[in-house]
Amino acid sequence: MTHRAQETRDRPWIMRTYAGHSTARASNALYRTNLEKGQTGLSVAFDLPTQTGYDPDHPLARGEVGKVGVPITHLGDMRALFDSIPLEEMNTSMTINATAPWLLAMYIALAEERGVDPRTLRGTTQNDIVKEYLSRGTYIFPPQHSMRLITDVVIYTVEHVPRWNPINICSYHLQEAGATPTQELAYALVTAIGVLDAVQATGQISEPRFEQVFGRLSFFVNAGIRFVEELCKMRAFVELWSRVAEQRYGVKEEKFRRFRYGIQVNSLGLTEQQPENNIIRIVLEMLAVTLSKDARARAIQLPAWNEALGLPRSWDQQWSLRAQQILAFETDLLEYGDLFRGSHVVEAKTQALVDSAWEEVVHVLDQGGAIEAVESGYVKQRLVESNAVRLQAIESGAQTVVGVNAYTTSEQSPLTADLSRAFLSVDPEVERAQIQSVNDWKTKRDAAAVREALGGLRHAAESGENIMPASIQAAHAGVTTGEWAFALREVFGEYRAPTGVGSAHVASRGAVEDSLHRLRRRLDDVEHRIGRRPKMLVGKPGLDGHSNGAEQIALLARDVGFEVVYEGIRVTPEQIAASAVEEGVHLVGLSILSGGHLAVVPEILRLLREAGRPDLPVVVGGIIPDRDAARLREAGVAAVYTPKDFALSSIMEALVSLVDEGQQHSAS
Amino acid sequence: MTRDLKHVLAGLRARDKASVAQVLNWVEDRRFAAQSRVQELLDRLCREHGDGAEDEGLRIGLTGPPGVGKSSLVARLGCAYRQAGRSVAVVAIDPTSVVSGGALLGDRARMEFDPRDRDCFMRSLSTRGHAGGLSYAVHSAVQILASAFDVVLVETTGVGQNETDIIHIADTVVLVVQPGGGDTLQFLKAGVMEIPDLFVVNKADETKLAQRALSDLKSALHTLAAVGSFSGAPPQAISTSARHGDGIEDLMNAISAHREGLGDKGRSHRRQQGDLAWSFSLFLRDFGVFGMNQLGGQEVVKRLLHEGLVRGSSPPAVVDTLGSALLRAIRDPDFQRHRV
Repeated sequence: MTHRAQETRDRPWIMRTYAGHSTARASNALYRTNLEKGQTGLSVAFDLPTQTGYDPDHPLARGEVGKVGVPITHLGDMRALFDSIPLEEMNTSMTINATAPWLLAMYIALAEERGVDPRTLRGTTQNDIVKEYLSRGTYIFPPQHSMRLITDVVIYTVEHVPRWNPINICSYHLQEAGATPTQELAYALVTAIGVLDAVQATGQISEPRFEQVFGRLSFFVNAGIRFVEELCKMRAFVELWSRVAEQRYGVKEEKFRRFRYGIQVNSLGLTEQQPENNIIRIVLEMLAVTLSKDARARAIQLPAWNEALGLPRSWDQQWSLRAQQILAFETDLLEYGDLFRGSHVVEAKTQALVDSAWEEVVHVLDQGGAIEAVESGYVKQRLVESNAVRLQAIESGAQTVVGVNAYTTSEQSPLTADLSRAFLSVDPEVERAQIQSVNDWKTKRDAAAVREALGGLRHAAESGENIMPASIQAAHAGVTTGEWAFALREVFGEYRAPTGVGSAHVASRGAVEDSLHRLRRRLDDVEHRIGRRPKMLVGKPGLDGHSNGAEQIALLARDVGFEVVYEGIRVTPEQIAASAVEEGVHLVGLSILSGGHLAVVPEILRLLREAGRPDLPVVVGGIIPDRDAARLREAGVAAVYTPKDFALSSIMEALVSLVDEGQQHSAS
Repeated sequence: MTRDLKHVLAGLRARDKASVAQVLNWVEDRRFAAQSRVQELLDRLCREHGDGAEDEGLRIGLTGPPGVGKSSLVARLGCAYRQAGRSVAVVAIDPTSVVSGGALLGDRARMEFDPRDRDCFMRSLSTRGHAGGLSYAVHSAVQILASAFDVVLVETTGVGQNETDIIHIADTVVLVVQPGGGDTLQFLKAGVMEIPDLFVVNKADETKLAQRALSDLKSALHTLAAVGSFSGAPPQAISTSARHGDGIEDLMNAISAHREGLGDKGRSHRRQQGDLAWSFSLFLRDFGVFGMNQLGGQEVVKRLLHEGLVRGSSPPAVVDTLGSALLRAIRDPDFQRHRV
């Protein structure tokens, strides 16, 4: 590295790792090590009970505590999480949505306790509820109330925590749900417009201040393996955002118009087969968001190579952090201006994306905007269709995935030789310990102060006062995450989003179409033999809201000819068992991606036995390590499917066989 | 009656979920063994209840175009009846794909019932592509559920043919529309207005629009009443919001009022008409126009079916008896058609 080059180097992006598991204490240790390794920001992963507003002792939290992130149930947990980490120096990103006001309130309360001025706090609350309805599933309240909570956070932070990014509009999860680049651009932009319009509609923000609000909006984007197109997508984002700023909101100041985004590259494309190849995919995808100086990410977090196998360990995450550091500090990337300005190819592709995305933006705005298009199911249906097309392309071989549908001959990888240790397992004891610690917490706090704080919270919710001051007060008083969320549930009610599956239509082609025809004939045969149409229940138990897999199975099962009962996300084991019995299904399919399978699946089997249907075949799909799969089969599960089972029609074939065999054995 | 059947019947009366589901599995099972079990069961229930108008469950049909919030309304109504201490069964009917024969039965997603509640049961059925809308199974399913539950709610989607079927199943037919849908005008044109016993404008949270829709509807009903379109009192029109739970009590009251207006006699007449229509369509399914003509044409067949029903047989049993008569008619060249 020459001296001259060092002088002109750009400042590198913020480097983070999405991390957190088990307990606040364990996660704190992890954060401190990560910072020592050269990470320059924190990205907090919360567990699903925290994200969906349940305390660890709630029935829906069973099996989920500390699994996909850290449980933060009260201010004490927040203290432990940031123990010996100076808040005023940190840039903290929190992946938190429905309960975003609450987690931010606890963070502010912790700063106040430590004598840190909230005005110095820097970081991001994700706080984008629209994509939760569409793909990630951790929503609680109906859209209009969720939107109000978002605007409360925006309005509060602009005034009191001015360096905070109150919302990170996420197109990330849209791509994970199957969105094309055009759809990703369009639906992120209409979400941002929805939020900005809602802020404007409150009338609480003056004209000059509104420019600042506009400037505080940031984005969280995805980058897939088609990295040239993804690079152009990022450039298209910059152009479209500036168009929105000028044309729709008349934002004058250049610095407020800037498109600021953080990124986590694609997890959807990571494979369970030959998983070491994923690190190469991750690096290529990182290029899409770093090569253009004009559209470079502000913050990057990379997934780990083994995410399709289970939860990543510290070493796995370190490998991804090193990839960032090598690109930023070893290569000469940061020494140059924009590499693509004037490139005909890049400019033409960017323009094409700008045009097609804008067309879709206008189409959604004509329907009334993002919230309306969510409530009508329009956007969800489009995503379900795109994802089906993508999966078909992989199954038919039209889209090459190395190690999956091409070049599948492989040596044994030393990285996965001992599969049971190739990812992190969360100790099931964590759940009991967290329940115990919440109980202790509750006995030690001032009950009268808690009552009063919850009363204040309800009052704010009902009266339309900003929810933040009452939430910060509640955090100081020792209110828990579940108590905060249930106080608001009482006022706002709960919501179930459209599944998008009912009206989605996908044309199949080629080999996939042939196998569909074959399966339909087979199912007709089975129907003749068993007297009625084969019927299956697709169930999504637990708090995990990643419903893409369940949706695709439900859709294909219908197209093969099953009668399919699908109830959407977040159903309890009791609901699944009751539905299976009442509906008289021949087969139950469960989808679980959060790692809670060992707690939830045996419970469902037990309830089915109790209800008089021990004969009912149950299959499970999800991120399920081999060792756990064996245990599930021992417990009575008929089949376990993991990401490596990419050929959905072979899964269907097996399901039809299961119904056929099951019926030959049973008397009725 | 076999032990097997007695056991299931006892389970049905106790509202044991597995037993209720088993009977409905048989109802949907088109094999001979299952169908004869269902017939035996229906016969047994028919003999016990007579015309069933008093001691059997309330049968309420909710119908209307897609997207008006029927499922949510059914869920609210079901919960309200449960709170009033009545046991509730829900039958949700979804269309079947013509291409694959498959169906997505999505209504459960919008029903939030307590899964441990024994007095609440829900089943989705698909239409199985039968012309005429409701599948044959629905008639049997509703009859059987009404013998065990206080209230049976039947939800059907779409406008047109389905409505004319639902009137043969439900004591009270509720047509659900939403504000600004232009539905009411369409129904007026299609003549569907004469079928519902009650009109509900749902999604009344969109207040202004809802008020206008309700007043449009009321004036249309007024006009129809003035030209003598209704044999009895014109149907009531009310507004609800399934989202907020508003108007549910009004709806329950209107349903009760309609039931009282019909009276025992009216209700029993309506059920007889329904059973007759059901047995006639069963007869046509099994023996066709050829069979009908062999027995002397539509009038004769309907009369014979009616006589059988009055004697207390179930619709499938009556059709069965008539089928045997038909076979005799075909086999015996001297058999005089007019003697049947």
